[in-house]
Amino acid sequence: MDNVFVEALVRALAVGTPLLLASLGAILNERGGVVNLGVEGMMAVGALAAFAVAVAPGGNLWVAVLAAMAAGALLASLHAFATVTLRANQFVSGLALALLGTGAAGLLGKRYEGAPLFNKVPDWNLAGFVISPFTVFALLLAAALAFYLNSTRSGLTLRSVGENPAAADVLGVNVGRVRYAAVLAGGALAGIAGAFLTLSYRASWADNTTAGLGWIAVALVIFVGWRPLRAILGALFFGVLYYLQFRLQGNSPIPTEVFSAMPFVLVLVVLALAGLRGQQGDAPAGLGRAYVRGER
Amino acid sequence: MTQTTQPPSPPALRLRGITKRFPGVVANDSVDLTVDAGEVLALLGENGAGKSTLISILYGLYQPDEGTVELRGQPVRVTSPAQALRLGIGLVPQHPLLVARHTVAENLALGGGSGLFPARGVAGRVRELSGKYGLEVNPQARVSDLSPGEKQRVEIVRALMRGAQVLILDEPTSVLTPQEADALFRVMRELKADGRSLIFISHKLDEVLAVADRVTVLRRGKVVGGRNTAGATREDLAEMMVGRSVDFTRKRTDSAKSETPLLTVRNLTALGARGLPALRGVSFDLHEGEVLGVAGIAGNGQSELVEVLAGLHASAGELTLAGQLLTGNAEERFRGGVAHIPEDRIHSGTVPTMTVAENLALRDYARAPLARGLARDLAATDTRARQDVEHYAVATPSIHTPSRLLSGGNIQKLILARELNGSPKLILAVHPTYGLDIGATDQVHRVLLERTEGGAGVLLVSEDLDELLSLSDRIGVMVGGELRGPFPVAEVTRESLGMIMGGAHPTVVAGADQGVVA
Repeated sequence: MDNVFVEALVRALAVGTPLLLASLGAILNERGGVVNLGVEGMMAVGALAAFAVAVAPGGNLWVAVLAAMAAGALLASLHAFATVTLRANQFVSGLALALLGTGAAGLLGKRYEGAPLFNKVPDWNLAGFVISPFTVFALLLAAALAFYLNSTRSGLTLRSVGENPAAADVLGVNVGRVRYAAVLAGGALAGIAGAFLTLSYRASWADNTTAGLGWIAVALVIFVGWRPLRAILGALFFGVLYYLQFRLQGNSPIPTEVFSAMPFVLVLVVLALAGLRGQQGDAPAGLGRAYVRGER
Repeated sequence: MTQTTQPPSPPALRLRGITKRFPGVVANDSVDLTVDAGEVLALLGENGAGKSTLISILYGLYQPDEGTVELRGQPVRVTSPAQALRLGIGLVPQHPLLVARHTVAENLALGGGSGLFPARGVAGRVRELSGKYGLEVNPQARVSDLSPGEKQRVEIVRALMRGAQVLILDEPTSVLTPQEADALFRVMRELKADGRSLIFISHKLDEVLAVADRVTVLRRGKVVGGRNTAGATREDLAEMMVGRSVDFTRKRTDSAKSETPLLTVRNLTALGARGLPALRGVSFDLHEGEVLGVAGIAGNGQSELVEVLAGLHASAGELTLAGQLLTGNAEERFRGGVAHIPEDRIHSGTVPTMTVAENLALRDYARAPLARGLARDLAATDTRARQDVEHYAVATPSIHTPSRLLSGGNIQKLILARELNGSPKLILAVHPTYGLDIGATDQVHRVLLERTEGGAGVLLVSEDLDELLSLSDRIGVMVGGELRGPFPVAEVTRESLGMIMGGAHPTVVAGADQGVVA
């Protein structure tokens, strides 16, 4: 009985890790006022970049993670340029990048299709819990991000830019620079989420390796009210759902597809509940809007 | 200009020859202005006189096309609000620029503060400033929970924390209760005693006389006068503000009007955008064939009054038009004979991307003769559009040109054509000639007066007192959501209207006491 519970928790934490990493990244850029629907794409390019570096002869895992961050940030820089510099619609730009990222990863990853990774990131055994270093990193990062947002000057500046960019601008904050930094950091974290999938969780490359996790991360951000510590619970919640989906799939007459669709159905349910509770009111007041000085 | 004081040291702030042009408008035309240390200067002027532009230049939001800004004798370039703060110029804006979700301390720490726990360090400084100047502020409070007066104090504390020596207060009392305003004046006097310079913008002449040492008056972008407030009266200031040089010809023939009330308004109340009372018990009658002018400084309930009558704004109170209760939504009221020439002619009056013909048909495209059953009759729509364009002399390349390409005057003629098509009983006209050239203004006036001869009543809201005096039979003044008057036009002058607009009670204005006070 105990074992089943521990196994469920470990599995839930594992699936929850990419969700947590990616949603922490999205929280970072959304608290700065930029919606990022491109998380799925940034995860995908991060996953591929990490895998490509790791499978290369003499592939270094640290370098692989850095490559994933760079790939995610690179795609995010397009988002920043479009939405901050050109003031394009954040939703449209994000959608475009989600498609671009997953498409590019699929295309460039063709030659690795089905290839396994033999030097995967070794798991840690912490007092009986077999856990990926990525998971530990994600949990620590959630705490660090909460501290950063609430207790540092830079975090205050970021939150102010997300709430009322005009107020920050008047006090000499460079709104564009803050938003660029937040979007790039968000992309890098989505990249790490992708790296976790190819370097640790799956330890192989297959097309569509992100399997919609990036989309769930986007919804998770709303579900947890843009709060990093709550994101841990949110990620665990969806992790448990994924675990149940695995467990039930084999032993039931219900078609697999129904189970595969479950997380997405639950995203809708959960968002509807969040909407009913008025949780949309937690959204940063300046979220989704380009800042133009002098425009009220 | 009368600059009576001649300080031994250079003034704290001096503007020399500031000129700022926008397409089609000179917002500031060679404006000179000085403020000394320990002085409160009031900047007076009607809306559109150029006060906002001047403040924006001082605060680094705009760059002047010509002229210089000098601080203590040194020319400076103010390139951004942050730069203005560094130079010691602070602004307390009319609408607070604070992060509503954050605490007062977090707002005050933004753009400064220590790297870790930035909000903690500011509390001591807040206590120090609030003790010194009587600025009561709770650093732990969330800004969204604060009253307008408290938010204003946060803005003042912020400017002082940044070392502001010149403090600009943009209509600070417009959102305050009388008690809060008195508290603000005490703070202003403390700041003045401390050697700081204040620029105070207000339309309320009593307040100006109470706190300012000197006034500078802007009209149409130019400084038209200035004087010390010592020994000045409200009449003096009102006269300087509204001016008398403008050609004063009355277009309205004093024809005998019907005494039949067309529109009756009884005890009308409504809430404004921020949930504050915008109309507080407005009552009046508008007779057939009458032009009733409504004066007032923007934001005193004029917009809400018109929107209520047009069916665009919820209200309580009784409205009748031609003996029948006036109810229903905007479309039903239009069909009942209420035409609306809205304040924002481009965005409320037209759909800028639609063609002239489509805009002309907006009110009745779905009904005969412009529609047959479910289908629009495009030929009939175009035919009527051509007639309208010709009759109202709308200058447009074609009836299929998007209306956004038309000039303001032609857009206004288009709106007139559409709204007056159904021979309305009541015409609500808000700033109908704002920004129009002389020819277009004249045409709009003629069209409105023509309609009164057919028995229509016109409610004319305008900030242009000349326009009101030239067209109206009676003029009421909106002050703080109440209607003063209406007074027969023969009994009011620019000066007396200016004074009532500034908050003076009508009974003290000579010649107005015979008016029917609603």
